Amino acid sequence: MLRFVLRRLALMVPVLVGLSILLFAWVRALPGDPARSLLGEKATPDSIERINAKYGFDRPLLEQYLTYVKALLQGDLGNSIQTGEPVLQSFLDKFPATVELASVALLFAIIVGIPLGYLAAKHQGGIIDTFVVSGSLLGVVTPVFFLAVLLKLVFAEWLGWFPPALRSDARLDSTHITNFYMLDGILTREYDAAWDAFMHLVLPAIALGTIPLAIIVRITRASVAEVMHEDYVRTAEAKGLSAMTISRRHVLRNALMPVVTTIGLQAGLLFSGAVLTESVFSFNGIGQYLFTAISKLDFPVLQGFILIIAIMYSLINLLVDLAYGLIDPRVRAQ
Amino acid sequence: MSIPLPPSSGSAAVQAADPMGVDDIAGVGLWRGALRRLVRNPTAIVGAVIVSGFILVAICAPLLTPYQPGTAEWANRVSTNHVPWRDGDHFLGLDRWGSDLWTQLVYGARQSLIYGVVSTLIGLVVGTTLGALAGGFSALGGRAGIWVDTVIMRIVDIMLSIPSLLLAVSIVAVLGQNAYAVMIAIGMAQVPIFARLLRGSMLSQGKADYVLAASALGLRKRKIVMGHVLPNSIGPTIVQATLNLATAIIEVAALSYLGLGEADPAVAEWGRMLVSAQERFDSAPRLALIPGFAIAICALGFTLLGESMREALDPRGRR
Repeated sequence: MLRFVLRRLALMVPVLVGLSILLFAWVRALPGDPARSLLGEKATPDSIERINAKYGFDRPLLEQYLTYVKALLQGDLGNSIQTGEPVLQSFLDKFPATVELASVALLFAIIVGIPLGYLAAKHQGGIIDTFVVSGSLLGVVTPVFFLAVLLKLVFAEWLGWFPPALRSDARLDSTHITNFYMLDGILTREYDAAWDAFMHLVLPAIALGTIPLAIIVRITRASVAEVMHEDYVRTAEAKGLSAMTISRRHVLRNALMPVVTTIGLQAGLLFSGAVLTESVFSFNGIGQYLFTAISKLDFPVLQGFILIIAIMYSLINLLVDLAYGLIDPRVRAQ
Repeated sequence: MSIPLPPSSGSAAVQAADPMGVDDIAGVGLWRGALRRLVRNPTAIVGAVIVSGFILVAICAPLLTPYQPGTAEWANRVSTNHVPWRDGDHFLGLDRWGSDLWTQLVYGARQSLIYGVVSTLIGLVVGTTLGALAGGFSALGGRAGIWVDTVIMRIVDIMLSIPSLLLAVSIVAVLGQNAYAVMIAIGMAQVPIFARLLRGSMLSQGKADYVLAASALGLRKRKIVMGHVLPNSIGPTIVQATLNLATAIIEVAALSYLGLGEADPAVAEWGRMLVSAQERFDSAPRLALIPGFAIAICALGFTLLGESMREALDPRGRR
């Protein structure tokens, strides 16, 4: 097990080195001049030169790259050109919002998706099944931003059940420790703040979670349906085990493998959806921040953020592979 | 990742009527058999009808409406609080700029299909080339083979480690905001999917009995790979391409939604219709609902078609 983890971690190194080179090259290939974008129309050649010298953009590319990697190895992602803040710091400020949104969305998808998929498989061909399958199909084909706009219109504007935007009500002056607003509310015992944060999360999380939900439903359904016809399930039935035991110990456990893979894949994909969802709900997370960074050509922010996202994406994949071992002893043996 | 549809009652009836597998007796090939199963599947028919409907609308756009897209001819009739609905001969009403909504919608189908098809083709060509190289060299074996395979797959891994929308956004940022950039951006985001899929199925085909048989007959490795393994592995890629068309259409709209789509305002595009509708959401929600559902239904058509193609090609369905 340990050897497996170490080998996987070692395999990540060439990927990350490659990624850092690609990111570096890509960011330099962006058209336009970051200094000009910072200084605006009134920039003098002199001041542009000063900014370029400050960030080292006037030096040869190889030298720039080596400086960048050297700083990177010391945990320094550089400073934002636009705000001057350290990239790592602004990442840590914005990231909890996205993680909060993405994890609530994924949790929603898992909690609703696995039972629905299981139910559909149990009653294959029935009304529940038809309903669940067509519903999941609709979920897959509905664009995230359209769903977000619809939810906002119906539940925030018309019915007024949920707040239409932002992460929290500005009137509630709550303290933030971790920047996970819901967690902060609980930690500081400001339960109204936690509730407020939750209410702000509901609509964006549903919008973001619908596609993973639809996919989890279908994978669970297909996988459970396949396992239910396996010989060992028939054996278990013949032994007279209760339906409950069969479902839990034999069917679900074996059917979960592909579901776990899917959840891992979806967790990575949530970042793409988060950019759109965050922009509809003005949810102040990394999605929105990254988007501004691209339009403002903030090189250090782009390089830093995407690198961190890629590292996490690889780590999620590693976790998925480890989860296999926990679910299926056969994988562990290999 | 297989997302099978429920076995439809139609195909079950066919199977019951065909217990011996007439397909096999008649010696029908893989592709013809798949096509035969496809036309008997109601899901496939619904998907095909939706898709051909959109294609027809896209081709016949100028015949379906007397107006031109992107013109604000009736701008004097719309105001902040009033966007007319069923106004004279505009049966879907006007949009917020004062142009005919139906015209925008019909020409929008053209844009979505062109963008979707071209970008998927880009992804397909680049992705399958990479995948075939990796899979082929890996099947040929030897030090060089493994080396080529590893390098290509690491590059694909890197592409895969960047969320697809961010990749697309950044490519548009590099190439500038125009039709080509949008198509290349969305196509490149699909490359890793095709590359991994084709390589994977080539590797599993490489272990098939017929490869062993062919090499026992003394066929050269290169000939086996090019003449047998590759053609037999291409099926899942075609299915994936159909499914990717749905994703591509949604992603084109997403780019427009983020303000990074086609820069020419005279071009009707569903995503942009949706964005511009947001400001009139309270007074005229149909401006957002109509293009939104158009995107979803179009994506639904390609998804249904792709899923039933997958089902038809699945060897387990051939019994």
